[in-house]
Amino acid sequence: MEIDPFIFRFSIFILSIFIGYYVVWSVTPSLHTPLMSVTNAISSVIIVGAIIAALAGNSESIFNTSSIFGYLAISLAAINIFGGFLVTQRMLQMYKKKKRDK
Amino acid sequence: MSANLSAIFYLISGVLFILALRGLSSPESSRQGNLFGILGMIIAIVVTFLSIGNFGNGFIYVLIFILFGGSIGAFIAYKIPMTAMPELVAGFHSLVGLAAVFVAISAFLNPDAFSLGSPGNIKLGSLIEMSIGAAVGAITFSGSIIAFLKLQGIMSGAPITFKGQHILNAIILISIVFITYFLCLSQSKNLFWILLAISFLIGFLLIIPIGGADMPVVISMLNSYSGWAAAGIGFTLENTALIITGALVGSSGAILSYIMCKGMNRSFFNVILGGFGASEQSSSNQNKEQRPVKSGNADDAAFLMKNASSVIIVPGYGMAVAQAQHALREMVDTLKKNDIKVSYAIHPVAGRMPGHMNVLLAEANVPYDEVFELEEINNDFANADVAFVIGANDVTNPVAKTDPQSPIYGMPVLDVEKCKSVLFVKRSLSPGYAGIDNDLFYKENTLMLFADAKKMTEDITKNL
Repeated sequence: MEIDPFIFRFSIFILSIFIGYYVVWSVTPSLHTPLMSVTNAISSVIIVGAIIAALAGNSESIFNTSSIFGYLAISLAAINIFGGFLVTQRMLQMYKKKKRDK
Repeated sequence: MSANLSAIFYLISGVLFILALRGLSSPESSRQGNLFGILGMIIAIVVTFLSIGNFGNGFIYVLIFILFGGSIGAFIAYKIPMTAMPELVAGFHSLVGLAAVFVAISAFLNPDAFSLGSPGNIKLGSLIEMSIGAAVGAITFSGSIIAFLKLQGIMSGAPITFKGQHILNAIILISIVFITYFLCLSQSKNLFWILLAISFLIGFLLIIPIGGADMPVVISMLNSYSGWAAAGIGFTLENTALIITGALVGSSGAILSYIMCKGMNRSFFNVILGGFGASEQSSSNQNKEQRPVKSGNADDAAFLMKNASSVIIVPGYGMAVAQAQHALREMVDTLKKNDIKVSYAIHPVAGRMPGHMNVLLAEANVPYDEVFELEEINNDFANADVAFVIGANDVTNPVAKTDPQSPIYGMPVLDVEKCKSVLFVKRSLSPGYAGIDNDLFYKENTLMLFADAKKMTEDITKNL
């Protein structure tokens, strides 16, 4: 009897929840704001679905109802990807240690 | 590119995202972690292009849309002031939610492109996953919009409640389940649109009763939702990178909500059901006799601090509102020149999002090793000479430890009252978010400084 591929994906999902649980508990509380902005950026990997929606349709025209939604989703996700990673980088640059030279 | 090869690359990008979060365990490794995240994203996007293999005109348009969105995002990221970070994050959540909705719509209208079947005959499993992704995405979108409007001050931060609110919400949530069920039976387009419409509606209704200071919980919760929405779409697209990321973000947001709720000693449901801070206000202010307070000016405060050997600073949301973080840092620099030991004490729910105060202090060039969490510093108050409370209120209220009748009883608070003297910068004696009087105002050793936080801090620096 074969196992449905869904079960494999579901296993990845459940194990990732556990990875997320342990990884996030180890995040220092002072970096909770960058944590939120970076999780925001990485969840925009949904752009992968948007690109498929825009490109993979086998219809003749580039723009049809379903691909237009794909293009819209691409621009929304792109705002998040660039905005999320850059603002995280900007915040992280500000976290500095005490200067010990005094 | 073969499906197996691209699946392996998606797995790699998922692993890089895990490393991006892992990096945040300390500020030193965090910048490298962020680069891992960017690398993971680039891999995921390039692999998608290669596996579709369509480099015609459509590809050019995709690049244009990415650059278009990307430049807006980059512009916002560079321009946004650090005090506006909660609004920014709420706004970004709404975009993830809406993107999930759009991808789901596209997959529903043109399932061939995703090899999920044909219109009107979509595989059952995919349809269920798609509906969940779309519904959660829609809730994330409208909920985040409300959170954004409340944080931005366009909408009042006060909770909006009405009779039968919870029953209405419950009915809508149950009907979402039923509509999904009938959608799967009939594959009807109309039911899909109805599902989206009521999901938007419930997202809106769920957030309006929640008050401004509970926003840390709301933002974390919406963060979690955006993850579950991404995971739902990930199952539809059979894409491991999305499934891994969705699960990571989902559990991250859930943990942050839990930490925030614990910081207020309230259950998650108590926060979500909302209305906190609206009802108690009237009852607790009555039958309170006028008690004497000592108030002082910048000169008195400077005198106290100059003669101290250690000072603990307790910042709160008021510091963010007054943009006082830079003035505060200058004051601390002057104190340090006089060989006074200064540290900062941060309550978990200070501000409007997790870690809000830490970012503002970092922006003002405060070294992160002078900033301490509640558990780390609470014992030090007894040995400190001066506590300087700037823009915080409820998180310092000793009532949380002494009065079981109080709505904030049991909430972990900073033991500010144990300091030899307390300087409390506040505009008036008005109660804080919880709507209760702060006993700290009336203590023998408390000196109230009635002024705008930024102006008062600047004046103190001049007098030091």
